[in-house]
Amino acid sequence: MILLSIQEMTKRFGGLVALNALNINVKEKSIHSIIGPNGAGKTTFFNCLTGFYRPEEGEVMFNGQSIVGLSPDRIVHKGISRTYQNIRLFPNLTALENVMVGYHVHLKSGFFGPILGLKKTRMEEEKATQIALDLLKYVNMEGREDTLAKNFPYGEQRRLEMARALASQPKLLLLDEPTAGMNPKETQDMMDFIQHMRGELGITIILIEHQMRVVMNISDIVTVFDYGKMIAEGLPEEIKNNKTVIEAYLGTGEAADSH
Amino acid sequence: MTKAQSLWNQGVKIGAIGGVSVLIISLVGMVESFGKRDIIAGILPMGVAIALIISILAAYMAAKKTSIPEKSIQFANAVVSGFVISGFLAVFVMIGRSFNIREMFVGASPVLYNILTGGVAGAGGIFLLLLTGVLCGAFAGILHMLKDLPRKLMVNALLTIFILGLLQELILPILKAWDVGMINYLAGLFYTLNGLTPIGAILSVVIFCILYLLWNANQGAIKFKYASLPKEARKKSQVAALIVLAVILIVLPQFLGLFLSEVITIVGLYVLLGLGLNIVVGYAGLLDLGYVAFFAIGSYVVALLTSPQIFAFGLNFWQALPIAVICGILAGVMLGIPVLKMRGDYLAIATLGFGEIIRILVLSDFLRPWLGGAQGIGSIPNPNLFGFQMVKPQHIYYLLLAGIILVIFISLRLKKSKIGRAWMAMREDEDVAQAMGINLVATKLLAFATGAGFSALSGAIFASKIGSVYPHSFNVFISINVVCIVIIGGIGSLPGIVVGAAVLMGLPELLREFAEYRMFVYGVALVIVMLLRPEGLLPEARHKMEFHDETEAGAKTVA
Amino acid sequence: MFQKWKDRVTITDIVMWMIGGTLLLLCLWGSVSTIRAGLYTKSHWIDFLIFGLAQGSIYALIATGYTMVYGVLKMINFAHGEVFMSGPFTGYFVATAMWRSDFLDNHPIMAIITIFAVAMFVSTMIAFLVEKIAYRPLRGAPRLIPLITAIGASFFLQYLFKGLYGSGINAYPDIEILNGFWMIFGIRVLKIQVIVIIAAIVLMLVLYNFIMLTRVGKAIRAVSEDKEAAALMGINVDAMISTTFIIGGMAAGAAGVLYALMFKQVHFFMGFLPGLKAFTAAVLGGIGNIPGAMLGGIFLGLIESVAPALFLDGLGIIAPYQLKDAIAFTMLVMVLIFRPTGILGERLASKKA
Repeated sequence: MILLSIQEMTKRFGGLVALNALNINVKEKSIHSIIGPNGAGKTTFFNCLTGFYRPEEGEVMFNGQSIVGLSPDRIVHKGISRTYQNIRLFPNLTALENVMVGYHVHLKSGFFGPILGLKKTRMEEEKATQIALDLLKYVNMEGREDTLAKNFPYGEQRRLEMARALASQPKLLLLDEPTAGMNPKETQDMMDFIQHMRGELGITIILIEHQMRVVMNISDIVTVFDYGKMIAEGLPEEIKNNKTVIEAYLGTGEAADSH
Repeated sequence: MTKAQSLWNQGVKIGAIGGVSVLIISLVGMVESFGKRDIIAGILPMGVAIALIISILAAYMAAKKTSIPEKSIQFANAVVSGFVISGFLAVFVMIGRSFNIREMFVGASPVLYNILTGGVAGAGGIFLLLLTGVLCGAFAGILHMLKDLPRKLMVNALLTIFILGLLQELILPILKAWDVGMINYLAGLFYTLNGLTPIGAILSVVIFCILYLLWNANQGAIKFKYASLPKEARKKSQVAALIVLAVILIVLPQFLGLFLSEVITIVGLYVLLGLGLNIVVGYAGLLDLGYVAFFAIGSYVVALLTSPQIFAFGLNFWQALPIAVICGILAGVMLGIPVLKMRGDYLAIATLGFGEIIRILVLSDFLRPWLGGAQGIGSIPNPNLFGFQMVKPQHIYYLLLAGIILVIFISLRLKKSKIGRAWMAMREDEDVAQAMGINLVATKLLAFATGAGFSALSGAIFASKIGSVYPHSFNVFISINVVCIVIIGGIGSLPGIVVGAAVLMGLPELLREFAEYRMFVYGVALVIVMLLRPEGLLPEARHKMEFHDETEAGAKTVA
Repeated sequence: MFQKWKDRVTITDIVMWMIGGTLLLLCLWGSVSTIRAGLYTKSHWIDFLIFGLAQGSIYALIATGYTMVYGVLKMINFAHGEVFMSGPFTGYFVATAMWRSDFLDNHPIMAIITIFAVAMFVSTMIAFLVEKIAYRPLRGAPRLIPLITAIGASFFLQYLFKGLYGSGINAYPDIEILNGFWMIFGIRVLKIQVIVIIAAIVLMLVLYNFIMLTRVGKAIRAVSEDKEAAALMGINVDAMISTTFIIGGMAAGAAGVLYALMFKQVHFFMGFLPGLKAFTAAVLGGIGNIPGAMLGGIFLGLIESVAPALFLDGLGIIAPYQLKDAIAFTMLVMVLIFRPTGILGERLASKKA
């Protein structure tokens, strides 16, 4: 079943066409990788999906609803969550608070509930705290909930960001280079973790990734961007041997010769 | 770096900075007008004390910044900078005595020259001035050479004298209010009507040193004992401390005379304002410079509803109060909707503009039939509680205390809720907060409206305390004062706000001379705090390091 | 379809458009009824326009300082109004001294040049020092911190000058040759207003050409575009930032003298309102955009001078001139809402994620 369907999505910045008439379908519970050279428009693609940018043309159907042009906070409510290429935690909030902010969309308490200390609000808070603690445990950060986010080492910040993204209980998770700056061991852990998320939590994942090893190992399907255009799509093995893709990455033979 | 270079770089340059600073406070008249008030009666006027403190501080910095780790050079640098400072002043005095610069600099009076030269005329005075500078430098140099404990002891002992002298207006009336023989005797022993007695100064230093040494010897043991207490016992001791605090706060006005009660109500009013603004600035990170608008709205609503002038609705204070708060909140929402889409610095200016618009409108002849124009609205009745007229400032104090406790309670509760987390997330990173499902406009609006409600509450109390409202009471300086309290006290920190209000608002009331230099000092304080300690003087414990971040997002970016 | 529309338009959008629409309607209605009632003659309007132009060109000069600083540092130099005040306030003492010694009456041109020189020097020094002491250590700090520092610096300077020069309102001495009228195309105009307009325009042209044509100007523009890249190209970024403050300070000092000559008075608080107005002008023109700031200033001056009569009088509002500052601020807020990139600014996609 198709969870996310993108039709003819185009985004322009002035004269530059950042995304050019993209057509992508993402199957439910799949790991769908987006690859492409630098500046191919991958992060712009994420920003269009999450509502930071508004594409000029095209339609995005998520779970049967159109989400194009919605503000980012409404898109989260529909069930899409993301992480960032350069980690963006709330640096001066604790780990627990960071994750609880992620759970924000599921909290119903209003303004007076917490002031009056209503039982309903307190129960809800307790539940939220429990869920956040569980998520921290899930990303192997048990017992560190009171540490400020900025005080974690790099790898843990990545995992904390992941926990925060999971806290909104998304159907679709967008991961922007989750293994950037990681050593082989950490990368392997992250790959296992991503597969776990898909397997245990049943989350669909779109992944932007540079490390081919990761892409080839865990992706169900791979889409290749170049200059805002989709130049290939297929199973990892197909992409590996696709001539256009190789050219996009290495340059055409003629260009290489002329150097 | 050679020794000569070091002398030039640290000694002379830092001395020059200190010299300019002392010159400025002399020229704006601080030394002279504080010269009438003594720290130690007949010996040390406050103006001179301030000049000395700045000089010693500068000389100390000169010694500390010396890049050559040789004690003699460090000492020499301190002395040189002390000499340079006094050199600046000496040149100034000589110029001032030979030419008429008073035409331009109003503060350059013969009285000032007399103070600076210790009352000695001619070359002798100049010599005395230079000598004082050198001595200050030498003193700073010695301070720098001392070990930690004696240095701290000395600095704190001197500060004790300064603070005790500064707070005479506060301490003496409280002591006198008891009117018991023993305490009267003590009051007489320590204080004259203008400053500490020399014996009082020596005694207080001695007492301070004993206490300090005792604390220093035992603090480890005490802290350890407290830490080793079981959780319940610790909680109990905290509750006990709270109860003691509450009792003190409740009985406090009984020991304060009329004047001090007046002062404390002003402080209370600003605490209330600060707590409200703290939600907007401290939690949500929105710099609101038009905060006075809501204060004005609260005041005017109460005035219109309770005063027999203009409309004569004839409501009493308690009926008008909730209406005032609701009007404040509504105004917050109405003003908030348009401005909250803006980025931080634009928001500050736009809110400043709004504050001015409100004041201009209230002042205008156009709205005069409804708002009283420049004459304002008078004869606002005092609040009446179960038939008891709250006339005296002491009564208003309790009203404010109740308001403050309520606001603190609400602040703390909200902070630990979904809303509080949303505010803080927004303060940390707006885009990401939105991507976590937080509706930015609604969340900002909530912060804005909550702050506005608190501001209107204090406005309402203000109106009934003063008994009349004028547009001139609601100028931009109120907003700036509150911003100073929140920021200098410590952003997001409730104790910081209370202390900030007490110092920034209480002191100018106690020391009338200070009132004139209030904005001058606030301005300097804002700059210095932002440069050296952007988290404020009493920061919220865990946010201590918050403002030392480099990037806006703050997270380490290794990507 | 309705669902789709509802999801995409927020309540705040609606409220904002309603506020904007209402204000626009009120202005239209006011203008129509003012003109219909014929409250003002043609010569009134011409007076308003020329006064507005003069006032506006002063705003424009100050606004260039805001805009250039915003360009290089991306911060609002709140203390710029005080830079504007410090020059003419100091110049006042020079002017009175010259007036007393009859130099002012005997050599008025020389005297005016001296006043300009002194004022521009003081303003420049203040601007330079503020940057060096208060802003430079804060490079790279979170946005609000330099803004708060700037506010602190602004109040410090205000009260410093109050302490130094006194709190009174000082009357600038009369300069004979600036008094009186000229007849231009049969219209009687105040000499001083014409002089202010011409002087301001000349100064702005000089400044604009300096920024556009000289090496330093190019370096400053490079720093505004991208500090790091500029540094890599061998540009001394700190020096260029200082230069920006110096140029802004000179413009503000000159504007201050023009202001003092036109309104004939100086006091320590005189920078606050013109400062805010000039900021408004800079926003109007698109902050960071120098010609925009100039046009914005002139536009704001015109609006301020014409609007109370045109928009408000017709609505039956008493003493509309008391509200002229409110009009300026309302305009500031409206521009910030509907066109935060200014009238001349291009609509850049907001930088996100």
